[in-house]
Amino acid sequence: MTQVSTIDHVVIRFSGDSGDGMQLTGDRFTQDTAIAGNDFVTLPDYPAEIRAPAGTVAGVSSFQVHFAEYDVHTPGDHPDVLVAMNPAALKANIDTLTVGGIVIVDTADFNPRALTRVGYDENPLENDSLSKYQVYAFDLTAAATAAVEPYGLSRKDAARTKNMYALGLLNWMYSRSIEGSIAFLNRKFAKRPEIRDANIAALTAGYNFGETSEAIAVRYEVASAPATTGTYRQITGNRAAAYGLVAGAARADLPLYLGAYPITPATEILQYLASAKSAGVMTYQAEDEIAAVGAALGASFAGCLGATSTSGPGLALKAETLGLAVISELPLVVIDVQRGGPSTGLPTKTEQSDLNIAMFGRHGESPMPVIAAQSPSDCFAATFEACKVAVEYRTPVLVLTDGYLGNGAEPWRVPELDELPKIETNLTTEADGTYLPYARDEKGARAWAIPGTPGLTHRIGGLEKAPDTGAVSYDADHHEIQVLARAAKVAGIVSEVPDVVVDDPSGDAKVLVLGWGSTFGPVQAAARYVRNSGRKLATAHLRWINPLPANLGEVLAAYDRVIVPEMNLGQLAMLLRSTYLINVESYTKVRGMPLRQSELADDLNAIIDEEAAK
Amino acid sequence: MTATVPTALGGLSGVPLALNPLTRKDFTSPADVRWCPGCGDYPVLAAFQGVMPDLGIRNENLVVISGIGCSSRFPYYVESYGFHSIHGRAPAIASGVAMSRPDLAVFVITGDGDALSIGGNHLIHAIRRNINMTILLFNNRIYGLTKGQYSPTSEQGKVTKSSPMGSVDHPFNPVALALGAGGTFVARTLDSNRAHFTEVLKAAAAHRGTSLVEIYQNCVIFNDGAYDPLKAADGMIKLVHGQPITYGADNAMGVTRLADGSLATAPVAEIGEANLLVHDAHADNPQLAFALAQLTESNSLERAPIGIFRDVERPVYDDMARAQIATFDDESAKLTAVSKLLKGGDTWQQ
Repeated sequence: MTQVSTIDHVVIRFSGDSGDGMQLTGDRFTQDTAIAGNDFVTLPDYPAEIRAPAGTVAGVSSFQVHFAEYDVHTPGDHPDVLVAMNPAALKANIDTLTVGGIVIVDTADFNPRALTRVGYDENPLENDSLSKYQVYAFDLTAAATAAVEPYGLSRKDAARTKNMYALGLLNWMYSRSIEGSIAFLNRKFAKRPEIRDANIAALTAGYNFGETSEAIAVRYEVASAPATTGTYRQITGNRAAAYGLVAGAARADLPLYLGAYPITPATEILQYLASAKSAGVMTYQAEDEIAAVGAALGASFAGCLGATSTSGPGLALKAETLGLAVISELPLVVIDVQRGGPSTGLPTKTEQSDLNIAMFGRHGESPMPVIAAQSPSDCFAATFEACKVAVEYRTPVLVLTDGYLGNGAEPWRVPELDELPKIETNLTTEADGTYLPYARDEKGARAWAIPGTPGLTHRIGGLEKAPDTGAVSYDADHHEIQVLARAAKVAGIVSEVPDVVVDDPSGDAKVLVLGWGSTFGPVQAAARYVRNSGRKLATAHLRWINPLPANLGEVLAAYDRVIVPEMNLGQLAMLLRSTYLINVESYTKVRGMPLRQSELADDLNAIIDEEAAK
Repeated sequence: MTATVPTALGGLSGVPLALNPLTRKDFTSPADVRWCPGCGDYPVLAAFQGVMPDLGIRNENLVVISGIGCSSRFPYYVESYGFHSIHGRAPAIASGVAMSRPDLAVFVITGDGDALSIGGNHLIHAIRRNINMTILLFNNRIYGLTKGQYSPTSEQGKVTKSSPMGSVDHPFNPVALALGAGGTFVARTLDSNRAHFTEVLKAAAAHRGTSLVEIYQNCVIFNDGAYDPLKAADGMIKLVHGQPITYGADNAMGVTRLADGSLATAPVAEIGEANLLVHDAHADNPQLAFALAQLTESNSLERAPIGIFRDVERPVYDDMARAQIATFDDESAKLTAVSKLLKGGDTWQQ
């Protein structure tokens, strides 16, 4: 009889060849986990090459999911369970596994040639190299092939169902129902019944193998995480950002127009919106990044909410058009899914190194509001806020997410649209002879009339303008007035930015750790470790980078030491030092991966102990 | 934006018509025109403002978008909605306008540097997609605003401040380029021939899809007389759809097709009336238009066909893009669709 053990959290890493369907397997397991009521965060990790040579370490594609009965903030540093579909996957991941962790291995490819190819001199399943782990080695490929034998698939197609077999086995191990995945396969392969039935058979066979064979001694249960009631779905940061645009445009009652050019890891935003035509969304796959933002700005000029999605190299190309958006004072939302740079850099890996270009990457005095999403689901909220500011202040706004947030997923409570604030367009529609395109309201936003409005024809452009009339003017006073007005307008957005909230449970911590963007998860998780060790630590988090929250200077000044972890070489730290003349301490990692919570916790412990010893 | 008033036909279908006839003055903005005295841009502006009332559209439904260069100041002088944008990007910006607003008549004003050098990519892709806009390409064969450097249409050997020993660049033939990009309406006209310009501009506006009109335009300061060679009696070959192609004094010269398919020019007396090539701007196959474009002596400009090289129907990008998108009778229907999108298929209750 299999023993059932109750645990509070697990990190599982599915790993195999690029063609083994590991992303799909991980995604389905996550969905089944969501329905079981656990909180979770996921981390896909795949090579930049579409199909690196099969069976090589370079071609390994992985998907990590961390789920728990409490709120989860990171995908986890070290997997507790590794599912390795070939020798390369074992080789690439075994060192990250927790000591005592579980390894489930498909032995089908463990032949001398494949082992040599990845640098194993002998079969690791046959020596004692894995003795510190619980190893379950099965020929999953043979088992799956046997299970799908009745469906008459080719040998290759039959073998490909091994990922569903593994999924079934894992679902059994973690007490998840396979009903959701069966429904998914029914939808996905509706038009290919033999593939559908074979995959369902493999999935079911994997589940039944766990149930009947007693090959695996322990089965686990993770209790549901508490959550606000509502309708939930699993969402990635890229989908959330795309839907933030849709919701923003809907609440502004403006048509949404996205101009984009495919670029990793932002492409999905274009794809999701291209599939949102039923919601009235217009997308434009432009000839290049420059045309993408140009068309979006043109659409805004014509009375849409124009938006563009990109990653670092694309943002560099869009810089000139963003300057035009700043001076023409039209709404525009730019989503930058950051990746490792410079240049092509690390297209599929995450980084936060576009903060400087977001803040300062345009010529002239060219201020742009910048907001950074803190989690996959927060990409929705951050993008929605960006839409509101863009429309109400007539300005381009930059939303910074990153590869980790864009590809990572977590549960998201789907809001009803009327819960979201209305976005006021305040268009000028009446021609009473007083329209001045560059007259400003109390927020500094200019009067916006769109083409087609009778009696309000006017011209705008990239040349400097006289106040109010917007007539071209090279007058020195006019330039100074307009530069200051544009800067004051963006600075005034601080009234939309909530004060930064400090979490300091003891109330007398001396060290504050300040995160921004996607460091939110690792900082929260690390803080939990630090506090569990009896140490005192305050945390705070920034979403709006420009403008910074009004109380931030005061908050930073209240601590003896302020630590700023970033996935760059200290770009926010530099901004904070120059803004507040405070010696914040930079903590930086540029490894293409989210910060490791345990490493960050150890380093924070050391800082706190050092401070206590003073 | 639903039009409840009559709208124009053809190229401007969907654009509301003015209730009362407008005049050239109605399309003249109060801004002072600041081109150099004698600039070829003046007659083009005047002719443009003169054609607009004939299109029957309203000021507020006219949008003029430009890039950077002398001619790109044009929008400031037209009483309409206008956007003077950045170097080379006008077709990209206009694409967003045209796609999102079928009730607007979109005109792009650009030059040889703007359209063919820094903005070459946007130009060819707008033409390839056949987005509904009329592009007026002011070709003065020089960079004027930066005070006289050779442009992508300057002749090889051109001596300028940036080519003191003569330019070694080979010039573009903008008409051939547009045809190569799949242009559905491609024409050439001159700043100095108001009647011809007017006729071409009306036809360009009446065409649905991208219309590319190359305008030979004289820069009095930096490239004066660039088009003087064309003033010779046999310089210009006027193309008229359905007419045999003859030119020169007394139309004594003609164009004929040789056995290998290429075109040749010779005295009509030699060719024989029956062997004269008859212009067909509506031919599906672009070979004839392209061959005619090759009669342009792009370097010396001693000879150039003018008129409408090609005017054919092809499905229009923005019409097709709009047809794929759901429209809603009221806001609540749209919000329902948005809600459905946000929820997706795999939800659970907690």
